[in-house]
Amino acid sequence: MSDSIMSPPGEIELEARDLSVLYGDTRALKHVSIQIPDRKVVAFIGPSGCGKSTLLRCFNRMNDLVPGARVEGEAIFQGENLYGDGVDAVDVRRRIGMVFQKPNPFPKSIYANVAFGAKINGFKGNMGDLVEKSLQQAALWDEVKDRLESSALALSGGQQQRLCIARALAVEPEVLLMDEPASALDPLATQKIEDLIYDLKQDYTVVIVTHNMQQAARVSDYTAFLYMGELVEYGVTEQMFTNPAEERTESYITGRFG
Amino acid sequence: MKFALGGSPRPEAEPSPRHPAAQRDPSLFAPGRERRARVGRIFHVVFALSTLVGILVLAVLIFDIVRDGAGALNAGFLSNMPSRLPGRAGVKPALLGSIWVLGLTAAMAFPLGVGTAIWLEEYAPNNRFTRIIEMNIANLAGVPSVVYGILGLAVFVRTFSFGRSIIAAAMTLALLILPIIIIASQEAIKAVPASIRLGAYALGATRWETIQHHVFPQALPGILTAGILALSRAVGEAAPLLLVGALAYVDRTPRRLTDQFTVVPVQIYQWVSQPQPAFHELAAAASIVLLVLLLTMNAVAIILRNRYSRKN
Repeated sequence: MSDSIMSPPGEIELEARDLSVLYGDTRALKHVSIQIPDRKVVAFIGPSGCGKSTLLRCFNRMNDLVPGARVEGEAIFQGENLYGDGVDAVDVRRRIGMVFQKPNPFPKSIYANVAFGAKINGFKGNMGDLVEKSLQQAALWDEVKDRLESSALALSGGQQQRLCIARALAVEPEVLLMDEPASALDPLATQKIEDLIYDLKQDYTVVIVTHNMQQAARVSDYTAFLYMGELVEYGVTEQMFTNPAEERTESYITGRFG
Repeated sequence: MKFALGGSPRPEAEPSPRHPAAQRDPSLFAPGRERRARVGRIFHVVFALSTLVGILVLAVLIFDIVRDGAGALNAGFLSNMPSRLPGRAGVKPALLGSIWVLGLTAAMAFPLGVGTAIWLEEYAPNNRFTRIIEMNIANLAGVPSVVYGILGLAVFVRTFSFGRSIIAAAMTLALLILPIIIIASQEAIKAVPASIRLGAYALGATRWETIQHHVFPQALPGILTAGILALSRAVGEAAPLLLVGALAYVDRTPRRLTDQFTVVPVQIYQWVSQPQPAFHELAAAASIVLLVLLLTMNAVAIILRNRYSRKN
């Protein structure tokens, strides 16, 4: 491992080992190796098309759903290769939740949105309590507690995104992957999501893809910079933004390209 | 390789020359606003007239049928058997025949059509084989209905030995509307945003759970509309059913799937072919019955669609 890619201290929750993703003949991700520590926030930054979302989607096998996508190498979650024989993508996705760029609530009630994942995963406890707890964790409960049966589509964009976070939390995942979760939101809604991420890292490992460098600087403990499918630099966020080891990182974070 | 964009500062951009406002030359433009507005008005009128033609023709048609047929339309008309005497002839076996055939057609074509659409949209690999299937379905939707009648005669009536029966007729009509149901259901399924599917998968849903809880319920209103439109086409078909043995003079109501039968369009066709004007009146009355049947089906479709749309 080169000097510009660190090995973070603490227990490693997720790890990519020599991970590549090919879409047809195009290699979107090139032999990336990275370690993501338990209960920290890691941000992936880089210009559009650099492979950061592709890398993120390897960790819950969402790339399986992309026609023509092929994964080489290993994505390891708690010591187990997610792409190993006998690993069920459905089980992976319950344990490693995901929030998307555009809020995508189901066109059902707020309650049904949160309860769905738990229901299909055979949740046996009190569903009402779980829905309340999940909405509270996502800092949405106070705004929706009187209208749980109304349509999720009636919520504002920021509320919808927090609902999607609550929905992901309701299946009790261990990791939360966030693909530009605030890029479609206004600054106030963005701040709420960022505050939420800060709270969530008490209990979850959070990996966030973002275009917004201030956001990466604000919310993350570690930052990885990807460029053209390669991991260029990975380190403590503060250090990355004040004293990057690589010239390319510096160019990007100072806004000279991307 | 040196990183292309790093290091060296971007060269100062040349200030772009100011817009040569001083050189404005109004004579280069001929706005012709009046002419453009006139063209706009002409198209407005053309489109309104196109709509009007359709509405007028339909109104005349309905008026004509009602004027001709209203006199013959009474309780006896609905409950009588056909007869040589126009005064005693009724549409009962044809109406019941239509309802039987349609019910069976729907029971067969709906599950098959929706199932096929779900497979094509949610399961089928995106390869040449799938594309060939889809292309053929599209072609089948354009095959004239009488060809399905020939097929029904050869396969269901003769090979399967169903005879000239309700079941053979329903199978023929089911084949006729299957491509329409498949294509329209595919459109309804395609209209469900991909983000909904991804959202479900990301929570650990299987493919079937994603379809069952999200894709299918959201596509259902569209699928129902498609199905009823297809059935509306089937209810008016006479040609293929003449081939599989719809008879004009059936003197008893259908009781079994293998019974002989007639349907309203065939009855209309037979009455229109009679020389006596009284039978033409009966044909018009039967047309009203057919229209009411169609409107009822559409109303059911709308009610069902609204109920499912609200649930979501």
